[in-house]
Amino acid sequence: MLNAIWFGMIAASVLCAAATGRLGELSGGLLEGAGDAVEFSLLLLGSMCAWLGFLRIAEESGLTRLFARCLSPVTGRLFPDYRENQDIQGKICMNLSANLLGLGNAATPLGLAAVTAMAKESKGEAPTRGMVLFVVMNTASLQLLPVNLAAMRSACGSAAPFAVLPEIWLTSLACLVTGVLCCKLAERRRAPGAPL
Amino acid sequence: MSAEAAGAAALPLFVGAIVVFGFLKNVDVFDAFLAGAKEGLHTSLKLLPTLIGLLTAVSMVRASGLLEVLCRLAGPAAQAVGISPELLPLALLRPVSGSGASAYTLSLFQQFGPDSETGKIASVLSASTDTTFYAIAVYFGACGVKKLSYTVPAALLGDAAALVFSVLTVKLFG
Repeated sequence: MLNAIWFGMIAASVLCAAATGRLGELSGGLLEGAGDAVEFSLLLLGSMCAWLGFLRIAEESGLTRLFARCLSPVTGRLFPDYRENQDIQGKICMNLSANLLGLGNAATPLGLAAVTAMAKESKGEAPTRGMVLFVVMNTASLQLLPVNLAAMRSACGSAAPFAVLPEIWLTSLACLVTGVLCCKLAERRRAPGAPL
Repeated sequence: MSAEAAGAAALPLFVGAIVVFGFLKNVDVFDAFLAGAKEGLHTSLKLLPTLIGLLTAVSMVRASGLLEVLCRLAGPAAQAVGISPELLPLALLRPVSGSGASAYTLSLFQQFGPDSETGKIASVLSASTDTTFYAIAVYFGACGVKKLSYTVPAALLGDAAALVFSVLTVKLFG
């Protein structure tokens, strides 16, 4: 699937640039992305190491287990396969709370820790239903205070940077619920525990 | 502004709580941190090829003008259901490129003002979903999963719901 998407993006851009006479721009943009990726990776490297470091402290102190127990009514229902696995449940909880608090550069490292722990349990090239649901939840962005957006709005002279907060909560909730429902419907058509 | 203060406090409080709790529980906090950070090094290096592949494709799409062509094709249909043509590039860009979507939102703010209807819908749309393809590629790239199963349709239906809800909520409340 990723193969098809990646191929589609590249083939479509070459065709489109050729048809609209923008091949010059395209050759400029081509390696710019590769360079951006390296720059971005270095930034990510710092936050990745820092956050996995903090995660380890939280795990060794028992904070994540405490967290996991508090949130288990929700996460246990969403991820029934990991109800007994406190390590994975704790990592899921850390990621979800970083997302809720709007800590984007913490959410990715914590989420990666969660999803790699889930992958270790499953083996093979197909994701489990828990992994798919977890990734889909991370493509939505339910957060209490969208600080970056508010900063952008106030920089552009908004009278009330946080005025659209209820709309954002409703919309992001709709996005999250739609994604979760799609996953749960797709799960039903497959045997539980089977690789997808 | 209190909401801004709360937003700025979230990160230090989150980190502070973790470290203080660990210290009180007699964890060797620095040793634990180093053990975790070492893992981070490994994960980031493993991710680099995925990121290069993905961001190269994304910047090719943006440079090729593909989005403009798609917007011109989808424009009439979007306008029929009440989505103004300026918002379409944002809706198409948001799942693919976070920085691209931010830049476009900023240009909409400058053109229409952040408190206009278009500015509000752009605000809601850009804050309500995440960079779908980036998240999918990074998460599955890091753990070596090749098949995506129903991940992409489920995530994109969520994004579509966000587009519909951003227009509806702003038109209803705004």
